[in-house]
Amino acid sequence: MPATAPELFTALADPTRRAIFERLSRAGELTVRALTEPSGVSQPAVSKHLGVLKQAGLVHDRKDGRQTHYSARPQALKPLADWMTLYGAFWRDRFDRLEDLLNRMDQ
Amino acid sequence: MTETRTLVVERMIPHPPEKIWRALTQGALLEEWLMKNDFTPTVGAKFTFRTQPMPHWNGVVECEVLAIEPHQRLSYSWNAAGGKKLQTTVTWTLAPVPGGTRLRMEQSGFGPQDDNNYKGAAYGWQRNIEALEKVVAGLA
Repeated sequence: MPATAPELFTALADPTRRAIFERLSRAGELTVRALTEPSGVSQPAVSKHLGVLKQAGLVHDRKDGRQTHYSARPQALKPLADWMTLYGAFWRDRFDRLEDLLNRMDQ
Repeated sequence: MTETRTLVVERMIPHPPEKIWRALTQGALLEEWLMKNDFTPTVGAKFTFRTQPMPHWNGVVECEVLAIEPHQRLSYSWNAAGGKKLQTTVTWTLAPVPGGTRLRMEQSGFGPQDDNNYKGAAYGWQRNIEALEKVVAGLA
């Protein structure tokens, strides 16, 4: 099942996950170790991030013996390519800000 | 006539319509929760919302006030030029309810979802991430 826009937003809101996704988009296929080495993040942390990206459909994994190779699935971003999807998230965010402002106007 | 889609966001807000109306129509307040603007509450007045430019969008929304019914309804065009041209209308409706206001935002005029516009190409995702950053900026 394709991920919904909020799931994609959540998966990509984290800068480390965005960096991993970006590297995979450029590099093609990489192992967890190859992703860990230059990242400054521990291997378990990278694995956890990959799990979140996989859950959102943003990465694909391929087992090869003891190694797992990861690749990006940019087509998973399709829901975000639509103006209406983007504005849905935009307006919900702005409603929150409006409520914050209204609460402050009380004081 | 081509088929268009409408986005609706509706929320019960525990504040009276008069107060929400101020936040919707006073430029300085509007800037605090939406965007920098030169809004004038006059039918036919043209104004802009501005934010930082990003790839495929100069950060400017071109608007014109279409309808004003104080404390009840406000409508303006909401047009942007970018990778995909956007020509929509935003209508705010305020309905008093016990304990506050039911605030409804309707943005109409979205074109049909165009799969061809999304190539999934090497750089395709980048502009989405840029737009995403704008959207999630300010989320807690």
